[in-house]
Amino acid sequence: MINYAINNLVLPKKINFINSRITDKVSHFLFFLNGMIVIGVLVGIFILLVFSAIPAFKEIKILEFLFGLEWNPTSYVEEKFGIVPMLVSTFMVTLGSLCIAVPIGIGTAAYLSDVANGRTREFVKPIVEMLAAIPSVVIGFLGIVLVGPFIAKIFNVPNGLNAVNGSILLAVMALPTIISISEDALISVPKAYEQASLALGATKWQTVIQVKVPAALSGIIAACMLGMGRAIGETMTVLMATGCAPAMPKSFLGPVSTLTSTIAIELGEVAYNTKHYYALFAIGLVLFFITFLINLVSEIVLHKYEQVHR
Amino acid sequence: MNKKEFGQFMGFNLLRMCFFIVLLTLAVISFDIISKGIKAINWEFISTMPRNGMTEGGVLPAIIGTIMVTVITAILAVPLGMGCAIYINEYANNSKITRLIRMSIRNLSGVPSIVYGLFGVVLFVQFMHLGTCILSSGLTLGLMTLPWTITASEEALKSVPNSYRYGSLALGASKWQSIRTNVLPYAIPGMLTGTILGLARAAGETAPILFTGAAFYLPFLPKSLFSQFMALPYHLYIMSTQHHSISKVRPLAYGTALVLIALVFLINFFAIILRYHLRKRRME
Repeated sequence: MINYAINNLVLPKKINFINSRITDKVSHFLFFLNGMIVIGVLVGIFILLVFSAIPAFKEIKILEFLFGLEWNPTSYVEEKFGIVPMLVSTFMVTLGSLCIAVPIGIGTAAYLSDVANGRTREFVKPIVEMLAAIPSVVIGFLGIVLVGPFIAKIFNVPNGLNAVNGSILLAVMALPTIISISEDALISVPKAYEQASLALGATKWQTVIQVKVPAALSGIIAACMLGMGRAIGETMTVLMATGCAPAMPKSFLGPVSTLTSTIAIELGEVAYNTKHYYALFAIGLVLFFITFLINLVSEIVLHKYEQVHR
Repeated sequence: MNKKEFGQFMGFNLLRMCFFIVLLTLAVISFDIISKGIKAINWEFISTMPRNGMTEGGVLPAIIGTIMVTVITAILAVPLGMGCAIYINEYANNSKITRLIRMSIRNLSGVPSIVYGLFGVVLFVQFMHLGTCILSSGLTLGLMTLPWTITASEEALKSVPNSYRYGSLALGASKWQSIRTNVLPYAIPGMLTGTILGLARAAGETAPILFTGAAFYLPFLPKSLFSQFMALPYHLYIMSTQHHSISKVRPLAYGTALVLIALVFLINFFAIILRYHLRKRRME
């Protein structure tokens, strides 16, 4: 190894220690600045969102914004800026997608880590990555042309653009995250657990369900939370497939409009620097906080998981 | 077969079923897009302008627009991402600042793409007066790609054994010299691959470019970085939801979807080939 290092090290012909020390200091400083940029971007996003949202609250009461049951910013009679319908919609499609993606995702992860042989695993990994690489707008398109008509036929509704459709599509998008992180969690469960369980006479199935999944639980929960974060923040799919009606959602088979899709639809139509425009940034701020919280919690869970396994 | 074995048999089949659902999903998606998209694709489709309000013609400006935006994205995200990865993996110790940087990266990767879009509108379009153009969109996408390129580059740097660093340091090389000559050459293949995969994802994103530069219908190629542009993902969105005769342009929408997926996979494929070649060259 050291030989390798010597062969590949390009030493200057005349070693100038002072010079190399200066370049070293300079490069260190530049890389440090580079690292700070990341913090700058996050803080920048937050500050710009806050500053763009503040003007909205000069005219809209915060309580009315957070707890208002109606969103109708362009009404001639009385403008309404309540985000509860969107919060409920977002919650509905996210919950729906998790109901589909979590069991299938964990099942697939368990299959890959404990049932499948090495060759299947090698073959499946790129497939899961391919699923993750499909652009969200294509998934949304499939929601219109494929899932929508299918739902309309099964549930006998006039069109299939509703919360169920959104849930199915978001589940497809959350699956790769849930599968790959859960699989990592299951694989990193110490072998001793499995061997002890098998030695006590448990079958492989019992070992997976009763020993390995509980041992990897915090990793699996973190995986599901990251999948959930992705589902909440996803824009194009829900924009295209859920029908986008700003009214309070009545059922899973009715159209819904999430936080993200409302911004996407209305920001294109609104004039810059109006009350409505600022209100959309306020929605963005709410979205930022929600995903921030989810990230924070999943990080705490993952951290705990890492501590247990150290 | 006793009860326990039967339980195992049923349980494993349940897991297998989950797995097959995932496979089936991908199969259905690829079959639908490819079988219907291939009919719309011919040389004319990828080499001409859209005509007659996008009911005829091709997607050339959208392809060019997407490529131009992705290049801007790369120019911003690749050097910054790699530099940041080098800082946190090579220079930073476990200080508060480092933890703060790591936390920022994780949070940035969780920020919804539409929020990046909002950020781009305020910062690039309005505050910096760039207007809605290729540059604004590219920079917005670049910021969004940053956390992905950092994470991928850091993984590549981590996989370089520490003995390479110590060997060079022990011979009197400075920190930067040892990074440049003994760490980066081994990490570059992985860094590039991960970064290009991130760029492929950025190329397919729609939400951040919705309000920062993508245009509905422009039947000519973008003239400069400060002009609006058509992009494949946005074009697909328009063709499938906003167009005045949606059912008539459905075949074209399928064609666009196939071109978009093909472009994204092509970039992915390029990344994998690149990694293979760089690794091979290193071995020789």
